[in-house]
Amino acid sequence: MHFDAFDRYHEKSSFLHGLDPRVKVLVTVIYIVSNTLLPDAAWYSFVSAWIFLIAANLLSQLGIEYTFKRSIIALPFALVAITVLFSIPGKPISTFQFLMWDLTITDAGLLRFVSILIRSWLSVQMAILLVAVTRFPDLIHALEHLRVPAILTTIIAFLYRYLFVLTDEVLRLIRARESRSAAVAGQRSGGGVAWRAKIAGNMAGQLFLRSYERSERIYNAMLSRGYSGHLYTLNPHEMKQRDYFVTAFAIAAISIVQLIGRL
Amino acid sequence: MHFSPVPLHIPDGFLSIMVSIICWVITIITLGIAISKTNKALGEKQVPLMGVMAAFIFAAQMINFPVAGGTSGHLLGGALAAIVLGPWAGMLVMTAVVAVQGLLFQDGGLLVMGANILNMGLVTAAIGYGLYRSAAGRSKVVKLSVAGVAAWLSVMAGALFTALQLWLSGTSQLGIVIPAMLGIHALIGLGEAFITVAALSFILQVRPDLLGEGSESAKGGRGWILAGGLIALAVVLISPLASGDPDGLERVAINMGFIDAGLDASYQVIPDYTLPFLGETALSTIVAGVIGIFVVGAVVVLIGRGMRAKA
Amino acid sequence: MPVTHAIKNFQTFECDGEVLTIKDLHFSYPDGRVALDGISLKLCNGDKVALVGPNGAGKSTLILHLNGILGGRGDPSTTLKVNGMELTRENLPIIRAMVGLVFQNPDDQLFSPTVFEDVAFGPLHMGLPEDEVRARVDVALEAVRMSSYKDRLSHHLSAGEKKRIAIATVLSMNPSILILDEPSAGLDPRARRTLINLLRELPNTMLVSTHDMALVKELFPRTIVMDEGRVVADGSTMEILDNEKLLTAHGLEKP
Repeated sequence: MHFDAFDRYHEKSSFLHGLDPRVKVLVTVIYIVSNTLLPDAAWYSFVSAWIFLIAANLLSQLGIEYTFKRSIIALPFALVAITVLFSIPGKPISTFQFLMWDLTITDAGLLRFVSILIRSWLSVQMAILLVAVTRFPDLIHALEHLRVPAILTTIIAFLYRYLFVLTDEVLRLIRARESRSAAVAGQRSGGGVAWRAKIAGNMAGQLFLRSYERSERIYNAMLSRGYSGHLYTLNPHEMKQRDYFVTAFAIAAISIVQLIGRL
Repeated sequence: MHFSPVPLHIPDGFLSIMVSIICWVITIITLGIAISKTNKALGEKQVPLMGVMAAFIFAAQMINFPVAGGTSGHLLGGALAAIVLGPWAGMLVMTAVVAVQGLLFQDGGLLVMGANILNMGLVTAAIGYGLYRSAAGRSKVVKLSVAGVAAWLSVMAGALFTALQLWLSGTSQLGIVIPAMLGIHALIGLGEAFITVAALSFILQVRPDLLGEGSESAKGGRGWILAGGLIALAVVLISPLASGDPDGLERVAINMGFIDAGLDASYQVIPDYTLPFLGETALSTIVAGVIGIFVVGAVVVLIGRGMRAKA
Repeated sequence: MPVTHAIKNFQTFECDGEVLTIKDLHFSYPDGRVALDGISLKLCNGDKVALVGPNGAGKSTLILHLNGILGGRGDPSTTLKVNGMELTRENLPIIRAMVGLVFQNPDDQLFSPTVFEDVAFGPLHMGLPEDEVRARVDVALEAVRMSSYKDRLSHHLSAGEKKRIAIATVLSMNPSILILDEPSAGLDPRARRTLINLLRELPNTMLVSTHDMALVKELFPRTIVMDEGRVVADGSTMEILDNEKLLTAHGLEKP
């Protein structure tokens, strides 16, 4: 597979791309917290939060529809919230039959369901925007600055680096399996489920051992360059005046969104 | 491409602030312990090892095998990671995997990441390792079968925790979400169990030293057996209870002040069902019962084994 | 027991500034397999030496000894010195800065997300101040003609580019001796040519383990042949490549 399938970053020189990654992480998290705090059916707040998102989209030069198109990813999960349609007592809106049950959608249930979806949909889009305008290594630096323990950021950095190498290896294994999964005409190919699971497990075991051995070689390469148990990093980011200004402005705007919802 | 084979990655917006924060607190405390334990117990060599292992789990989740009717078996990896790396390192590795899935691919939200790490990284590792540890010193067949049960239960426990969080957030109804989540994951867990067992048996064959005496895998204390057993017990006790008597649990949750986000004062506090929901049908009781019996049986056998191994 | 051939022995030569001195180095793996069976050799300042021999001859094992990743059991008869400094546990950090080891697979060598972080790793872990680290990164990338790649992500690079960055990651430590393991393996002809030109330009003392005999002929005046854990020949490349009996005995081919 080509690395593009994993890269969510889009090279541009927009206002958002130029911000310090800490600012972007912080504002994204505050935005998501704010969405989660909004009460059900706070329509004006939802709309103003959406405007905030659109403004961010515009500042990213990626186009208004960029995050919209990619936000479908969270849709399937909406299924788990479907029960609130019927379970929250309120005025019945419509009743229909599903298999053996009579289901009644209530107004309160509908409001809650739609509110959950909107909150999620806005939040997911902001998270999509975050990785589209921030290179992942910069995101890791931001986490370091935000006091995430070094051992975790280091594991994440390694994961990001070797994600591409190991998924390539998996795809080679899968291709090798497929090219040998021949079938004789008229006969069902492959053994039973247990057999197929065993093949998959062998692949996982194989991949594990290769990864294990690779980690030993990497360790040697690290030792050769002076690693002795403690990792040092240079942090290329420094907060500029603009970064502070943007943070303050974003927090003020999000507070207004909250205020609108509480009035 | 979809990166989350197991539908446990909760997106932002589906958990209430309170549930999100409580999950973060539990996760941060557990990770804090994990970090101090790994710093103490593991050598400098473990840093690249854990990093590459995180990439391994991520990549291994892409390995699938066709089951039937277009569905396929997948690996979540929490139990496997904990078994081969030891519980604390396994938790850190799974945390990195969940974090990257959420940050880079939006597979799971950011505010709810504490919950996702808890469900998919910490609970799965604890139960997977705890049960596996109880088979220490036993024959290869026993070890592998226990690992299979542990892997299956790790997925079930993750699903149960997810379901409970959704319910406490007022997003799902208890009587439906628990049987639904556990029902789906009883099947998904089979894929997990199969792949985990096959991968472990491959490793035992080619590099037995990685799982033998003195390996990280063997170093976890006996306390893990207790932790794994307790989580298994929680799965056993809560699932049938929640499915059979959702009102009871709901009342407890409301008394404890959890469920208020969705229920304004104008609403009735306890919804009385005008409809026969899954939670009250014979089907769900049967499903829960079967699961319960299976789990109870497994736990009893495992605890018995653990005690015998100790004696 | 491998045959030893009478090739003019460089070990007896005097030179100004011995960069690497090895006397009677032995090593066995934990399972008892003997990997190095009395290695002695000497590299002078500015030497460019090829290390050839069949797989399993002990080349990689030898290389891993040169900066103390393997070995370290204080055998009194053994000497391993870099720039006259004995390799001991205390000297290890200094030795590792002096010996620049480039591994065969650049994916193992480049373990950081970005090129900058990888090239800065060595100098940072040597404890250099930030300005110095940045300056060294610039110089090292310039030396491998990759200055414009500083902010690139490692997984976006081609095999040849990765190889050159891997060399930069050790050049940034200003090593006295550069050691490369199979530098031309897996490169397409164009990338290989670029690499050869780069190796020719670099002024560093060099020890290069390789199967690429054409590369040996083109770049290195001196060649060391290893087999079964021993140095079986150490002399001028022209002489060794003309000695067909020697080449055949150790599974090598004249380019």
